Amino acid sequence: MNISEFLSVVQQREFLQNALLAAVLVSAVSGIVGCFVVVRGMSFFGDALAHSILPGVAAAYVFTGSVAGIPLLVGLEENTRLFLGGLIAGVISAVVIGWLTRDDRLKEDTAIGVVFVTMFALGIAIISSNPDGYNRDLTHILFGDILGIRDSDIAIMLACGVFVVGVILVFYKDLLVVSFDPGLGQTLKLPTETLRMLLLILIAVTIVASLQIIGVTMTLAMLITPAATARILTSRFHWMMVLAAVIGMASGVVGIYFSFWLNLATGPTIVLTSTAMFSLVFIASRLGLRLLPKR
Amino acid sequence: MLQVAPITLPEADALPGEIALSVQNLSAGYAGMRPAVEQVSFNVLVGERVAVIGPNGAGKSTLFKAIVGLLPFNSGSISIHGQDCRTSHNLVGYVPQHEAVDWSFPATVYDAVMMGRTRKIRRILGPSRDDHQGVQEALSKVGLMPFRNRQIGQLSGGQKRRVFIARALAQETNVLLLDEPFSGVDAAAEHEIMETLDLLQAAGITMLLATHDLNMAATRFDRLLLLRRHVVAYGMPEAVFQPDLLQEAYGGRIGVFQQGTQTVVIADEHGCP
Repeated sequence: MNISEFLSVVQQREFLQNALLAAVLVSAVSGIVGCFVVVRGMSFFGDALAHSILPGVAAAYVFTGSVAGIPLLVGLEENTRLFLGGLIAGVISAVVIGWLTRDDRLKEDTAIGVVFVTMFALGIAIISSNPDGYNRDLTHILFGDILGIRDSDIAIMLACGVFVVGVILVFYKDLLVVSFDPGLGQTLKLPTETLRMLLLILIAVTIVASLQIIGVTMTLAMLITPAATARILTSRFHWMMVLAAVIGMASGVVGIYFSFWLNLATGPTIVLTSTAMFSLVFIASRLGLRLLPKR
Repeated sequence: MLQVAPITLPEADALPGEIALSVQNLSAGYAGMRPAVEQVSFNVLVGERVAVIGPNGAGKSTLFKAIVGLLPFNSGSISIHGQDCRTSHNLVGYVPQHEAVDWSFPATVYDAVMMGRTRKIRRILGPSRDDHQGVQEALSKVGLMPFRNRQIGQLSGGQKRRVFIARALAQETNVLLLDEPFSGVDAAAEHEIMETLDLLQAAGITMLLATHDLNMAATRFDRLLLLRRHVVAYGMPEAVFQPDLLQEAYGGRIGVFQQGTQTVVIADEHGCP
Protein backbone atom coordinates (compact mmCIF):
# COMPACT_ATOMS: atom_id res chain seq x y z
CA MET A 1 0.00 0.00 0.00
CA ASN A 2 1.53 3.28 -1.02
CA ILE A 3 0.98 6.53 0.76
CA SER A 4 -1.67 7.94 -1.59
CA GLU A 5 -3.74 4.76 -1.27
CA PHE A 6 -3.40 5.00 2.50
CA LEU A 7 -4.54 8.63 2.42
CA SER A 8 -7.61 7.81 0.35
CA VAL A 9 -8.53 5.05 2.82
CA VAL A 10 -8.08 7.54 5.65
CA GLN A 11 -10.45 9.94 3.89
CA GLN A 12 -13.12 7.26 3.63
CA ARG A 13 -12.85 5.69 7.07
CA GLU A 14 -13.71 7.68 10.12
CA PHE A 15 -12.26 5.09 12.51
CA LEU A 16 -8.90 5.54 10.84
CA GLN A 17 -9.09 9.31 11.16
CA ASN A 18 -9.87 8.89 14.84
CA ALA A 19 -6.99 6.46 15.22
CA LEU A 20 -4.54 8.88 13.65
CA LEU A 21 -5.81 11.82 15.65
CA ALA A 22 -5.63 9.85 18.89
CA ALA A 23 -2.14 8.57 18.10
CA VAL A 24 -0.84 12.07 17.35
CA LEU A 25 -2.40 13.55 20.48
CA VAL A 26 -1.38 10.88 22.92
CA SER A 27 2.11 10.32 21.59
CA ALA A 28 2.89 14.04 21.75
CA VAL A 29 1.83 14.18 25.40
CA SER A 30 3.58 10.89 26.22
CA GLY A 31 6.76 12.15 24.60
CA ILE A 32 6.75 15.32 26.70
CA VAL A 33 5.98 13.58 30.00
CA GLY A 34 8.36 10.79 29.05
CA CYS A 35 11.28 13.25 29.14
CA PHE A 36 10.83 13.57 32.91
CA VAL A 37 10.56 9.79 33.22
CA VAL A 38 13.80 9.32 31.25
CA VAL A 39 15.93 11.94 32.99
CA ARG A 40 14.77 10.84 36.43
CA GLY A 41 15.37 7.17 35.69
CA MET A 42 11.76 6.25 36.42
CA SER A 43 11.23 3.68 33.65
CA PHE A 44 10.38 0.90 36.05
CA PHE A 45 8.00 3.14 37.94
CA GLY A 46 6.28 4.13 34.69
CA ASP A 47 5.86 0.53 33.60
CA ALA A 48 4.57 -0.46 37.03
CA LEU A 49 2.11 2.41 37.08
CA ALA A 50 0.79 1.37 33.67
CA HIS A 51 0.14 -2.14 34.93
CA SER A 52 -1.26 -0.88 38.24
CA ILE A 53 -4.16 0.91 36.60
CA LEU A 54 -5.57 -2.41 35.42
CA PRO A 55 -7.81 -3.17 38.45
CA GLY A 56 -9.39 0.27 38.22
CA VAL A 57 -10.10 -0.11 34.54
CA ALA A 58 -11.29 -3.69 35.04
CA ALA A 59 -13.59 -2.81 37.92
CA ALA A 60 -15.10 0.03 35.94
CA TYR A 61 -15.56 -2.36 33.02
CA VAL A 62 -17.00 -5.33 34.83
CA PHE A 63 -19.08 -3.71 37.57
CA THR A 64 -21.28 -1.50 35.48
CA GLY A 65 -24.01 0.75 36.75
CA SER A 66 -25.84 -0.24 39.89
CA VAL A 67 -23.68 -3.28 40.67
CA ALA A 68 -20.75 -0.96 40.91
CA GLY A 69 -20.15 -0.40 44.56
CA ILE A 70 -18.26 2.58 43.18
CA PRO A 71 -21.08 5.11 43.30
CA LEU A 72 -18.78 7.77 41.89
CA LEU A 73 -18.74 6.12 38.52
CA VAL A 74 -22.43 5.32 38.13
CA GLY A 75 -24.18 6.99 35.24
CA LEU A 76 -21.07 7.88 33.30
CA GLU A 77 -20.33 6.70 29.80
CA GLU A 78 -18.28 3.55 29.61
CA ASN A 79 -15.09 5.18 28.36
CA THR A 80 -15.27 7.91 30.98
CA ARG A 81 -15.77 5.24 33.63
CA LEU A 82 -12.77 3.27 32.42
CA PHE A 83 -10.69 6.39 32.41
CA LEU A 84 -11.65 7.44 35.92
CA GLY A 85 -11.25 3.88 37.24
CA GLY A 86 -7.76 3.69 35.79
CA LEU A 87 -6.85 7.10 37.13
CA ILE A 88 -8.00 6.24 40.65
CA ALA A 89 -6.06 2.97 40.64
CA GLY A 90 -2.98 4.74 39.27
CA VAL A 91 -3.01 7.47 41.90
CA ILE A 92 -3.60 4.92 44.68
CA SER A 93 -0.63 2.86 43.46
CA ALA A 94 1.60 5.93 43.31
CA VAL A 95 0.64 6.95 46.84
CA VAL A 96 1.10 3.42 48.22
CA ILE A 97 4.55 3.12 46.63
CA GLY A 98 5.48 6.51 48.06
CA TRP A 99 4.23 5.49 51.50
CA LEU A 100 6.02 2.10 51.51
CA THR A 101 9.34 3.78 50.76
CA ARG A 102 9.06 6.51 53.35
CA ASP A 103 11.55 4.78 55.63
CA ASP A 104 14.66 3.07 54.33
CA ARG A 105 13.67 -0.51 55.05
CA LEU A 106 12.31 -1.08 51.56
CA LYS A 107 14.07 0.11 48.45
CA GLU A 108 11.89 1.87 45.94
CA ASP A 109 12.14 -0.79 43.23
CA THR A 110 11.10 -3.47 45.73
CA ALA A 111 8.02 -1.50 46.75
CA ILE A 112 7.20 -0.86 43.11
CA GLY A 113 7.58 -4.56 42.32
CA VAL A 114 5.25 -5.66 45.11
CA VAL A 115 2.54 -3.09 44.35
CA PHE A 116 2.72 -3.51 40.59
CA VAL A 117 2.27 -7.28 40.43
CA THR A 118 -0.44 -7.21 43.10
CA MET A 119 -2.45 -4.60 41.25
CA PHE A 120 -1.99 -6.36 37.93
CA ALA A 121 -3.11 -9.70 39.40
CA LEU A 122 -6.09 -8.00 41.00
CA GLY A 123 -7.04 -6.54 37.64
CA ILE A 124 -6.84 -9.88 35.83
CA ALA A 125 -8.87 -11.50 38.62
CA ILE A 126 -11.58 -8.84 38.32
CA ILE A 127 -11.79 -9.28 34.55
CA SER A 128 -11.99 -13.07 34.93
CA SER A 129 -15.09 -12.65 37.12
CA ASN A 130 -16.92 -11.84 33.90
CA PRO A 131 -16.30 -14.97 31.79
CA ASP A 132 -18.35 -13.74 28.82
CA GLY A 133 -16.09 -10.92 27.88
CA TYR A 134 -12.88 -12.27 29.35
CA ASN A 135 -10.79 -12.74 26.22
CA ARG A 136 -12.03 -9.83 24.21
CA ASP A 137 -11.95 -7.31 27.06
CA LEU A 138 -8.61 -8.47 28.35
CA THR A 139 -7.01 -8.17 24.94
CA HIS A 140 -8.30 -4.64 24.50
CA ILE A 141 -7.10 -3.50 27.89
CA LEU A 142 -3.73 -5.21 27.66
CA PHE A 143 -2.88 -4.40 24.06
CA GLY A 144 -5.10 -1.45 23.19
CA ASP A 145 -7.87 -0.96 20.68
CA ILE A 146 -6.80 1.96 18.56
CA LEU A 147 -9.15 1.16 15.70
CA GLY A 148 -12.17 1.29 18.00
CA ILE A 149 -11.65 4.88 19.12
CA ARG A 150 -14.73 7.07 19.14
CA ASP A 151 -15.17 10.82 19.22
CA SER A 152 -15.81 10.75 22.96
CA ASP A 153 -12.46 8.97 23.48
CA ILE A 154 -10.75 11.72 21.53
CA ALA A 155 -12.42 14.28 23.77
CA ILE A 156 -11.03 12.55 26.89
CA MET A 157 -7.56 12.33 25.37
CA LEU A 158 -7.69 15.97 24.41
CA ALA A 159 -8.76 16.98 27.92
CA CYS A 160 -5.93 14.90 29.43
CA GLY A 161 -3.44 16.35 26.99
CA VAL A 162 -4.45 19.93 27.68
CA PHE A 163 -4.29 19.29 31.43
CA VAL A 164 -0.89 17.59 31.37
CA VAL A 165 0.81 20.00 28.96
CA GLY A 166 -0.81 22.97 30.74
CA VAL A 167 0.50 21.88 34.14
CA ILE A 168 3.97 21.27 32.68
CA LEU A 169 3.97 24.74 31.08
CA VAL A 170 2.97 26.43 34.32
CA PHE A 171 5.27 24.43 36.61
CA TYR A 172 8.09 23.83 34.14
CA LYS A 173 10.80 25.64 36.11
CA ASP A 174 9.88 23.90 39.37
CA LEU A 175 9.62 20.43 37.82
CA LEU A 176 12.98 20.98 36.13
CA VAL A 177 14.69 21.82 39.43
CA VAL A 178 13.24 18.89 41.37
CA SER A 179 14.17 16.56 38.50
CA PHE A 180 17.76 17.76 38.30
CA ASP A 181 18.60 18.62 41.89
CA PRO A 182 15.96 18.22 44.62
CA GLY A 183 18.48 19.69 47.08
CA LEU A 184 18.38 23.02 45.23
CA GLY A 185 14.59 22.82 45.30
CA GLN A 186 14.69 22.53 49.10
CA THR A 187 17.24 25.33 49.41
CA LEU A 188 14.92 27.55 47.38
CA LYS A 189 12.05 26.40 49.61
CA LEU A 190 10.09 24.87 46.74
CA PRO A 191 7.44 22.32 47.80
CA THR A 192 9.56 19.45 46.50
CA GLU A 193 7.37 16.59 47.80
CA THR A 194 4.22 18.14 46.31
CA LEU A 195 5.98 18.65 43.00
CA ARG A 196 7.16 15.03 42.99
CA MET A 197 3.59 13.87 43.61
CA LEU A 198 2.34 16.21 40.88
CA LEU A 199 4.73 14.62 38.44
CA LEU A 200 3.53 11.12 39.40
CA ILE A 201 -0.05 12.23 38.80
CA LEU A 202 0.87 13.66 35.39
CA ILE A 203 2.49 10.33 34.49
CA ALA A 204 -0.62 8.47 35.68
CA VAL A 205 -2.97 10.69 33.62
CA THR A 206 -0.78 10.26 30.54
CA ILE A 207 -0.71 6.50 30.92
CA VAL A 208 -4.46 6.24 31.36
CA ALA A 209 -5.00 8.43 28.30
CA SER A 210 -2.75 6.21 26.20
CA LEU A 211 -4.38 3.02 27.43
CA GLN A 212 -6.79 2.64 24.54
CA ILE A 213 -4.13 3.23 21.94
CA ILE A 214 -1.53 0.80 23.06
CA GLY A 215 -2.75 -1.01 26.17
CA VAL A 216 -1.19 -1.31 29.61
CA THR A 217 1.60 -3.64 28.55
CA MET A 218 3.18 -1.33 25.97
CA THR A 219 2.39 2.15 27.27
CA LEU A 220 5.93 2.42 28.57
CA ALA A 221 7.22 2.46 25.00
CA MET A 222 5.34 5.68 24.24
CA LEU A 223 6.76 7.32 27.35
CA ILE A 224 10.34 6.16 27.06
CA THR A 225 11.39 5.56 23.47
CA PRO A 226 10.67 8.97 21.85
CA ALA A 227 12.16 10.74 24.90
CA ALA A 228 15.26 8.54 24.76
CA THR A 229 15.62 9.28 21.04
CA ALA A 230 15.29 13.00 21.72
CA ARG A 231 17.90 12.80 24.49
CA ILE A 232 20.47 11.53 22.00
CA LEU A 233 19.70 14.45 19.70
CA THR A 234 19.93 17.29 22.21
CA SER A 235 21.49 18.25 25.52
CA ARG A 236 18.88 20.78 26.55
CA PHE A 237 15.77 19.70 28.36
CA HIS A 238 13.25 22.01 26.66
CA TRP A 239 14.44 20.94 23.20
CA MET A 240 14.29 17.35 24.35
CA MET A 241 10.59 17.79 25.14
CA VAL A 242 9.85 19.38 21.77
CA LEU A 243 11.73 16.68 19.88
CA ALA A 244 10.19 13.86 21.92
CA ALA A 245 6.71 15.16 21.07
CA VAL A 246 7.55 15.33 17.36
CA ILE A 247 9.24 11.92 17.32
CA GLY A 248 6.31 10.42 19.24
CA MET A 249 3.78 11.83 16.80
CA ALA A 250 5.81 10.59 13.84
CA SER A 251 6.03 7.08 15.29
CA GLY A 252 2.28 7.07 15.84
CA VAL A 253 1.39 8.06 12.30
CA VAL A 254 4.08 5.96 10.60
CA GLY A 255 3.23 3.02 12.87
CA ILE A 256 -0.43 3.12 11.88
CA TYR A 257 0.56 3.31 8.22
CA PHE A 258 2.85 0.29 8.55
CA SER A 259 0.23 -1.69 10.44
CA PHE A 260 -2.20 -1.12 7.57
CA TRP A 261 0.31 -1.85 4.90
CA LEU A 262 1.69 -5.02 6.49
CA ASN A 263 -1.60 -6.02 8.11
CA LEU A 264 -0.14 -6.15 11.63
CA ALA A 265 -1.64 -5.29 15.01
CA THR A 266 -1.47 -1.51 15.40
CA GLY A 267 -0.12 -1.12 18.96
CA PRO A 268 2.96 -3.30 18.51
CA THR A 269 3.66 -1.74 15.11
CA ILE A 270 3.72 1.74 16.66
CA VAL A 271 6.13 0.46 19.33
CA LEU A 272 8.40 -1.17 16.75
CA THR A 273 8.37 1.97 14.62
CA SER A 274 9.52 4.15 17.49
CA THR A 275 12.20 1.58 18.35
CA ALA A 276 13.38 1.70 14.71
CA MET A 277 13.66 5.50 14.95
CA PHE A 278 15.58 5.20 18.21
CA SER A 279 17.97 2.66 16.67
CA LEU A 280 18.64 4.81 13.62
CA VAL A 281 19.37 7.88 15.73
CA PHE A 282 21.50 5.91 18.17
CA ILE A 283 23.61 4.32 15.44
CA ALA A 284 23.95 7.60 13.56
CA SER A 285 25.16 9.35 16.70
CA ARG A 286 27.63 6.53 17.40
CA LEU A 287 28.97 6.95 13.90
CA GLY A 288 29.54 10.61 14.76
CA LEU A 289 26.93 12.06 12.42
CA ARG A 290 25.57 15.41 13.50
CA LEU A 291 21.83 15.04 13.14
CA LEU A 292 20.71 18.48 14.19
CA PRO A 293 22.34 21.89 13.87
CA LYS A 294 24.22 22.81 17.03
CA ARG A 295 22.24 25.05 19.30
CA MET B 1 33.76 10.97 75.05
CA LEU B 2 35.01 14.14 76.57
CA GLN B 3 32.63 17.02 76.96
CA VAL B 4 33.76 20.13 75.23
CA ALA B 5 32.54 23.42 76.56
CA PRO B 6 32.03 26.06 73.89
CA ILE B 7 34.65 28.73 74.14
CA THR B 8 33.58 31.88 72.43
CA LEU B 9 36.37 34.32 72.01
CA PRO B 10 35.55 37.88 73.00
CA GLU B 11 35.70 39.30 69.46
CA ALA B 12 32.96 36.97 68.29
CA ASP B 13 30.29 38.64 70.36
CA ALA B 14 31.30 42.23 70.30
CA LEU B 15 31.68 42.67 66.59
CA PRO B 16 31.22 45.96 64.84
CA GLY B 17 29.52 46.01 61.45
CA GLU B 18 26.42 44.46 59.99
CA ILE B 19 25.65 40.81 60.68
CA ALA B 20 25.03 38.69 57.55
CA LEU B 21 24.47 35.33 59.21
CA SER B 22 23.52 34.71 62.79
CA VAL B 23 23.27 31.25 64.34
CA GLN B 24 22.02 31.07 67.91
CA ASN B 25 21.91 27.99 70.19
CA LEU B 26 21.44 25.71 67.22
CA SER B 27 20.98 21.98 67.76
CA ALA B 28 20.41 19.90 64.66
CA GLY B 29 20.74 16.36 63.37
CA TYR B 30 18.88 13.51 61.79
CA ALA B 31 15.62 12.38 63.36
CA GLY B 32 15.94 9.76 66.07
CA MET B 33 19.66 10.32 66.53
CA ARG B 34 21.76 12.35 68.88
CA PRO B 35 22.08 15.84 67.42
CA ALA B 36 25.17 16.17 65.24
CA VAL B 37 25.64 19.76 66.37
CA GLU B 38 24.58 21.18 69.73
CA GLN B 39 24.30 24.67 71.13
CA VAL B 40 26.12 26.28 68.24
CA SER B 41 26.18 30.08 68.22
CA PHE B 42 28.13 32.48 66.03
CA ASN B 43 27.73 35.58 63.90
CA VAL B 44 29.29 36.26 60.52
CA LEU B 45 29.66 39.85 59.35
CA VAL B 46 28.84 41.08 55.88
CA GLY B 47 31.74 40.44 53.51
CA GLU B 48 33.62 38.10 55.82
CA ARG B 49 35.12 34.81 54.75
CA VAL B 50 34.86 32.17 57.46
CA ALA B 51 36.30 28.66 57.39
CA VAL B 52 34.59 25.92 59.37
CA ILE B 53 37.15 23.35 60.50
CA GLY B 54 36.99 20.28 62.66
CA PRO B 55 37.43 16.51 62.40
CA ASN B 56 35.20 14.27 60.29
CA GLY B 57 31.88 13.86 62.01
CA ALA B 58 32.23 17.18 63.82
CA GLY B 59 28.95 18.31 62.26
CA LYS B 60 30.18 20.66 59.54
CA SER B 61 27.82 19.34 56.87
CA THR B 62 24.94 19.16 59.34
CA LEU B 63 25.50 22.78 60.29
CA PHE B 64 25.44 23.81 56.64
CA LYS B 65 22.37 21.76 55.83
CA ALA B 66 20.51 23.30 58.74
CA ILE B 67 21.43 26.81 57.59
CA VAL B 68 20.26 26.27 54.00
CA GLY B 69 17.09 24.44 55.01
CA LEU B 70 17.93 20.90 53.92
CA LEU B 71 17.67 19.65 57.49
CA PRO B 72 15.01 20.74 59.97
CA PHE B 73 16.61 21.73 63.25
CA ASN B 74 15.51 20.83 66.74
CA SER B 75 16.18 24.06 68.54
CA GLY B 76 17.82 27.41 68.17
CA SER B 77 17.52 29.99 65.46
CA ILE B 78 19.27 30.94 62.25
CA SER B 79 18.81 34.28 60.60
CA ILE B 80 20.24 35.72 57.44
CA HIS B 81 20.28 39.49 57.24
CA GLY B 82 17.87 39.41 60.15
CA GLN B 83 15.34 37.10 58.45
CA ASP B 84 14.49 33.62 59.70
CA CYS B 85 16.21 31.11 57.40
CA ARG B 86 13.10 28.95 57.33
CA THR B 87 11.03 31.56 55.55
CA SER B 88 13.54 33.44 53.42
CA HIS B 89 14.31 31.60 50.24
CA ASN B 90 16.73 33.48 48.07
CA LEU B 91 19.14 34.66 50.69
CA VAL B 92 21.53 31.74 51.00
CA GLY B 93 23.40 30.07 48.19
CA TYR B 94 24.63 26.55 48.86
CA VAL B 95 27.35 24.57 47.11
CA PRO B 96 26.94 21.01 48.36
CA GLN B 97 29.82 18.71 49.23
CA HIS B 98 29.28 15.94 46.73
CA GLU B 99 27.04 17.35 44.09
CA ALA B 100 24.66 14.45 44.04
CA VAL B 101 23.26 15.31 40.66
CA ASP B 102 23.12 13.40 37.42
CA TRP B 103 25.87 14.98 35.33
CA SER B 104 24.39 13.41 32.18
CA PHE B 105 21.23 15.50 32.68
CA PRO B 106 20.27 17.37 29.49
CA ALA B 107 21.29 20.83 30.62
CA THR B 108 24.02 23.19 29.51
CA VAL B 109 26.11 25.19 31.95
CA TYR B 110 23.82 28.13 31.17
CA ASP B 111 20.68 26.08 31.91
CA ALA B 112 22.09 24.79 35.19
CA VAL B 113 22.97 28.28 36.37
CA MET B 114 19.54 29.55 35.31
CA MET B 115 18.00 27.05 37.74
CA GLY B 116 19.34 29.20 40.57
CA ARG B 117 16.82 31.82 39.49
CA THR B 118 13.84 29.46 39.67
CA ARG B 119 12.05 31.66 42.19
CA LYS B 120 12.48 34.72 39.99
CA ILE B 121 11.65 33.27 36.57
CA ARG B 122 8.12 34.12 35.44
CA ARG B 123 5.64 31.30 35.00
CA ILE B 124 4.82 30.36 31.38
CA LEU B 125 6.69 33.40 29.99
CA GLY B 126 10.06 32.02 31.10
CA PRO B 127 13.28 33.90 31.87
CA SER B 128 13.20 37.69 31.49
CA ARG B 129 16.05 39.90 30.33
CA ASP B 130 17.01 40.35 33.99
CA ASP B 131 17.24 36.60 34.43
CA HIS B 132 19.50 36.24 31.40
CA GLN B 133 21.63 39.12 32.60
CA GLY B 134 21.89 37.61 36.08
CA VAL B 135 23.04 34.28 34.66
CA GLN B 136 25.62 35.96 32.42
CA GLU B 137 27.00 37.98 35.31
CA ALA B 138 27.24 34.90 37.50
CA LEU B 139 29.00 32.99 34.71
CA SER B 140 31.43 35.84 34.15
CA LYS B 141 32.25 36.04 37.87
CA VAL B 142 33.30 32.38 37.98
CA GLY B 143 34.96 32.54 34.55
CA LEU B 144 32.64 30.03 32.88
CA MET B 145 31.26 32.30 30.15
CA PRO B 146 33.27 30.51 27.41
CA PHE B 147 31.77 27.18 28.56
CA ARG B 148 28.15 28.30 28.80
CA ASN B 149 26.94 26.04 25.97
CA ARG B 150 28.68 22.90 27.20
CA GLN B 151 26.59 20.06 28.54
CA ILE B 152 27.33 20.00 32.29
CA GLY B 153 28.90 16.55 32.20
CA GLN B 154 31.62 17.74 29.81
CA LEU B 155 33.45 19.82 32.40
CA SER B 156 36.45 19.30 34.66
CA GLY B 157 36.03 18.83 38.41
CA GLY B 158 36.92 22.43 39.17
CA GLN B 159 34.57 23.73 36.49
CA LYS B 160 31.72 21.64 37.89
CA ARG B 161 32.24 23.24 41.32
CA ARG B 162 32.22 26.64 39.70
CA VAL B 163 28.91 25.86 37.96
CA PHE B 164 27.38 25.38 41.39
CA ILE B 165 29.00 28.55 42.70
CA ALA B 166 27.59 30.44 39.70
CA ARG B 167 24.19 28.90 40.27
CA ALA B 168 24.23 30.10 43.87
CA LEU B 169 25.30 33.57 42.72
CA ALA B 170 22.51 33.66 40.13
CA GLN B 171 20.09 33.43 43.06
CA GLU B 172 21.29 36.95 43.83
CA THR B 173 22.33 35.78 47.22
CA ASN B 174 25.05 37.50 49.12
CA VAL B 175 25.66 34.73 51.62
CA LEU B 176 27.34 31.69 50.16
CA LEU B 177 27.90 28.36 51.93
CA LEU B 178 30.42 25.98 50.43
CA ASP B 179 30.73 22.49 51.86
CA GLU B 180 34.28 21.31 51.20
CA PRO B 181 34.63 22.77 47.72
CA PHE B 182 38.23 21.56 47.55
CA SER B 183 37.66 17.91 48.29
CA GLY B 184 38.42 15.60 45.41
CA VAL B 185 39.80 18.23 43.04
CA ASP B 186 43.41 18.60 41.92
CA ALA B 187 45.74 21.48 42.78
CA ALA B 188 44.95 23.40 39.59
CA ALA B 189 41.22 23.20 40.22
CA GLU B 190 41.77 24.21 43.84
CA HIS B 191 43.64 27.26 42.63
CA GLU B 192 40.83 28.11 40.16
CA ILE B 193 38.19 27.84 42.86
CA MET B 194 40.24 29.90 45.31
CA GLU B 195 40.66 32.65 42.70
CA THR B 196 36.90 32.64 42.20
CA LEU B 197 36.36 32.96 45.95
CA ASP B 198 38.78 35.91 46.07
CA LEU B 199 36.75 37.66 43.36
CA LEU B 200 33.55 36.97 45.24
CA GLN B 201 34.95 38.35 48.44
CA ALA B 202 36.06 41.47 46.60
CA ALA B 203 32.45 41.76 45.42
CA GLY B 204 31.32 41.81 49.06
CA ILE B 205 29.87 38.32 49.28
CA THR B 206 29.84 36.69 52.69
CA MET B 207 31.19 33.14 52.67
CA LEU B 208 31.14 30.22 55.04
CA LEU B 209 33.29 27.36 53.84
CA ALA B 210 33.94 23.95 55.34
CA THR B 211 37.41 22.57 54.78
CA HIS B 212 39.91 19.98 55.96
CA ASP B 213 42.82 22.04 54.75
CA LEU B 214 44.09 23.66 57.95
CA ASN B 215 46.86 25.48 56.16
CA MET B 216 44.43 27.13 53.81
CA ALA B 217 42.08 27.89 56.70
CA ALA B 218 44.90 29.59 58.59
CA THR B 219 46.09 31.73 55.72
CA ARG B 220 43.13 32.57 53.49
CA PHE B 221 40.26 33.28 55.86
CA ASP B 222 39.19 36.17 58.05
CA ARG B 223 37.84 34.01 60.81
CA LEU B 224 37.76 30.35 61.78
CA LEU B 225 35.03 28.31 63.40
CA LEU B 226 36.49 25.28 65.13
CA LEU B 227 33.70 22.76 65.48
CA ARG B 228 33.26 19.49 67.28
CA ARG B 229 29.54 19.17 67.80
CA HIS B 230 29.93 22.35 69.83
CA VAL B 231 31.79 25.49 68.92
CA VAL B 232 35.26 24.85 70.35
CA ALA B 233 36.49 28.25 69.26
CA TYR B 234 35.51 31.06 66.94
CA GLY B 235 37.72 33.97 66.01
CA MET B 236 40.76 35.14 64.12
CA PRO B 237 43.04 32.37 62.83
CA GLU B 238 45.82 33.18 65.30
CA ALA B 239 43.37 33.00 68.20
CA VAL B 240 41.88 29.69 67.07
CA PHE B 241 45.16 28.03 66.15
CA GLN B 242 46.08 27.38 69.76
CA PRO B 243 47.48 23.96 70.63
CA ASP B 244 44.97 23.35 73.40
CA LEU B 245 41.96 24.31 71.27
CA LEU B 246 43.06 22.17 68.34
CA GLN B 247 43.76 19.24 70.65
CA GLU B 248 40.33 19.70 72.15
CA ALA B 249 38.65 19.56 68.73
CA TYR B 250 40.74 16.87 67.12
CA GLY B 251 41.59 14.81 70.20
CA GLY B 252 44.71 12.75 69.96
CA ARG B 253 44.57 12.75 66.21
CA ILE B 254 46.45 15.95 65.78
CA GLY B 255 49.92 17.06 66.72
CA VAL B 256 50.48 20.71 67.51
CA PHE B 257 53.92 22.14 68.05
CA GLN B 258 54.90 25.68 68.88
CA GLN B 259 58.03 26.60 67.01
CA GLY B 260 59.00 30.13 67.80
CA THR B 261 56.19 32.29 66.48
CA GLN B 262 54.91 29.53 64.19
CA THR B 263 52.32 26.94 65.11
CA VAL B 264 52.93 23.64 63.36
CA VAL B 265 49.92 21.39 63.03
CA ILE B 266 50.11 17.79 61.97
CA ALA B 267 46.64 16.49 61.28
CA ASP B 268 45.61 12.88 60.84
CA GLU B 269 42.51 12.58 58.72
CA HIS B 270 40.22 10.62 60.95
CA GLY B 271 36.78 10.87 62.36
CA CYS B 272 35.55 12.16 65.64
CA PRO B 273 36.48 9.61 68.32
